[in-house]
Amino acid sequence: MHSVLSIYKKELRSFFTSPMAYIFLVVFALVNGYFFTNTFFLYNQSDMRSLFGIVPLVYLFFIPAVSMGLISREKGIGTIEIISTLPIRERDIVIGKYLAGFSLILVALLTTVIHYITLYSVGTTTDHGAVFTGYLGLALLGGVYTAVGIFASSLTENQVIAFIVGIAIVLVFFLMDKLLMFVPAGLAGIVQYMSTEFHLSNISRGVIDTRNLVYFGSVIGFFLFMTTRVLESRKWS
Amino acid sequence: MLRIENLSKNYGHVQAVKSISFSLSDKEIVGFLGANGAGKSTTLKIITGYLSPTDGNVFVDGKNIIDHNLDIQKQIGYLPELNPLYGEMKVYEYLKFHADIRGITGGDFKKALERVVADCALQGVVHRTIGNCSKGYKQRIGLAAAMIHDPKILILDEPVSGLDPNQIVEIRRLIKKLGKEKLVLMSSHILQEIQATVDRIIIIHNGEIVADGTSEDLISDSQGKTQLHMEIQNAEENAIQDMKAVIPSISLNSLNKSGDSIQVSLEYNSNSDPRKDVFDYAVKNDWTILEMSASKRNLEDIFRHLTYEGDSAHA
Repeated sequence: MHSVLSIYKKELRSFFTSPMAYIFLVVFALVNGYFFTNTFFLYNQSDMRSLFGIVPLVYLFFIPAVSMGLISREKGIGTIEIISTLPIRERDIVIGKYLAGFSLILVALLTTVIHYITLYSVGTTTDHGAVFTGYLGLALLGGVYTAVGIFASSLTENQVIAFIVGIAIVLVFFLMDKLLMFVPAGLAGIVQYMSTEFHLSNISRGVIDTRNLVYFGSVIGFFLFMTTRVLESRKWS
Repeated sequence: MLRIENLSKNYGHVQAVKSISFSLSDKEIVGFLGANGAGKSTTLKIITGYLSPTDGNVFVDGKNIIDHNLDIQKQIGYLPELNPLYGEMKVYEYLKFHADIRGITGGDFKKALERVVADCALQGVVHRTIGNCSKGYKQRIGLAAAMIHDPKILILDEPVSGLDPNQIVEIRRLIKKLGKEKLVLMSSHILQEIQATVDRIIIIHNGEIVADGTSEDLISDSQGKTQLHMEIQNAEENAIQDMKAVIPSISLNSLNKSGDSIQVSLEYNSNSDPRKDVFDYAVKNDWTILEMSASKRNLEDIFRHLTYEGDSAHA
């Protein structure tokens, strides 16, 4: 466990000793703030549904950007050889790095709490439960996209390629729900179940269903497992 | 302490290491010598657990690397060839990171830090960002990280490559000091470095071990051999290589074209003297001999003889 923590701390330090994390947090807050407040006063409703609709779109580009360097950078500068020859399992390296990336996403998500505070101050009949589950859904979605991002990052030593592959995979998960009309009827149920949007919309409505939690947990677990296997595969190259 | 048994490694169809075996004992400095691409780094990467062997195994104190990878990695300190470092970290943070992963914390870390900082002479840079340090310091930072847990085995892949002569002397002194209490296995293709530092030399060529012993052993094994160095003009390389067919007592060690002349290194048993035959062959082929000198073998000659890729090298 201390190995996971060491990797986690190293990654967080790496985020915050460069301007990258600060730029990410500021831009994330500004973009979400702009789109949320743009329509907030027009609707004249004290809910945060519009924010919960925007954040997944912003995630599509921001999370692959945050996670693209998690492993590819180590491969690029050669430090993968250093951490792979320390007494630490590949699984722990992946978990430590994943948690660091996920933590940054959670901090970014926290910057949007300002809108909830605004809503709480000026709004009436706010459904606090729905806000809570909405944030839970966004956190889980961030977890899935970060897992996809770290997997993409493990495939290459080029961060730009990792970014593009990351976006491509998260787009597939994002669009599945929207392309159901093109899918044969027999497969529609399966494709819909695979879609992140389907599960996110359930949670955002205020329903915490075990099936949704299992889905997010399974996808995160699958991509972290695949990332671990990719890291281990270097031994047999 | 460290035993390599029938170790092989294939990269696709390329056999980088071909069933090599050797044993190393405690408190020994061993030089792993070979030309670029000979299989040195691949072997070291297998010992450190970065790569898995295609066949064979590595044993440290009886434990094998396939089943006890982490246990063995705990006992090894490794400085990779290109010495990759996190440039944005401070030296202190980097050493702390290595210590944390190895479970060295609190007072133990403080002691370990003092030890490696003193050994590697890092006093002036402990709080400096690694990216701002000189190449010599970076090499010593890599070495300090490899030594932070006071390992029984140190694996150093080309530890002096790219360093200036003063830095080489410093690293050499440090390695010699470490060799009094640890097993140090260092690779290099710089012969003078190996000869000046190590107790034992293992020469690897095309993935196979072609020599193993002290430098004195290797030189005395080849006693009775004489080198004949020639510089020839107006000669075809093919005709030089064909010389062996005419004069069977010689073997061709190396052949290098330099400008309009060719540098040739031949070898023959000292109890025969084919120099007259070589001269006659040159005259017959209308070669112009600019230089011809005979000498006894040194380590460099032995290395070139064992690792020369020419057709006649092992004839």
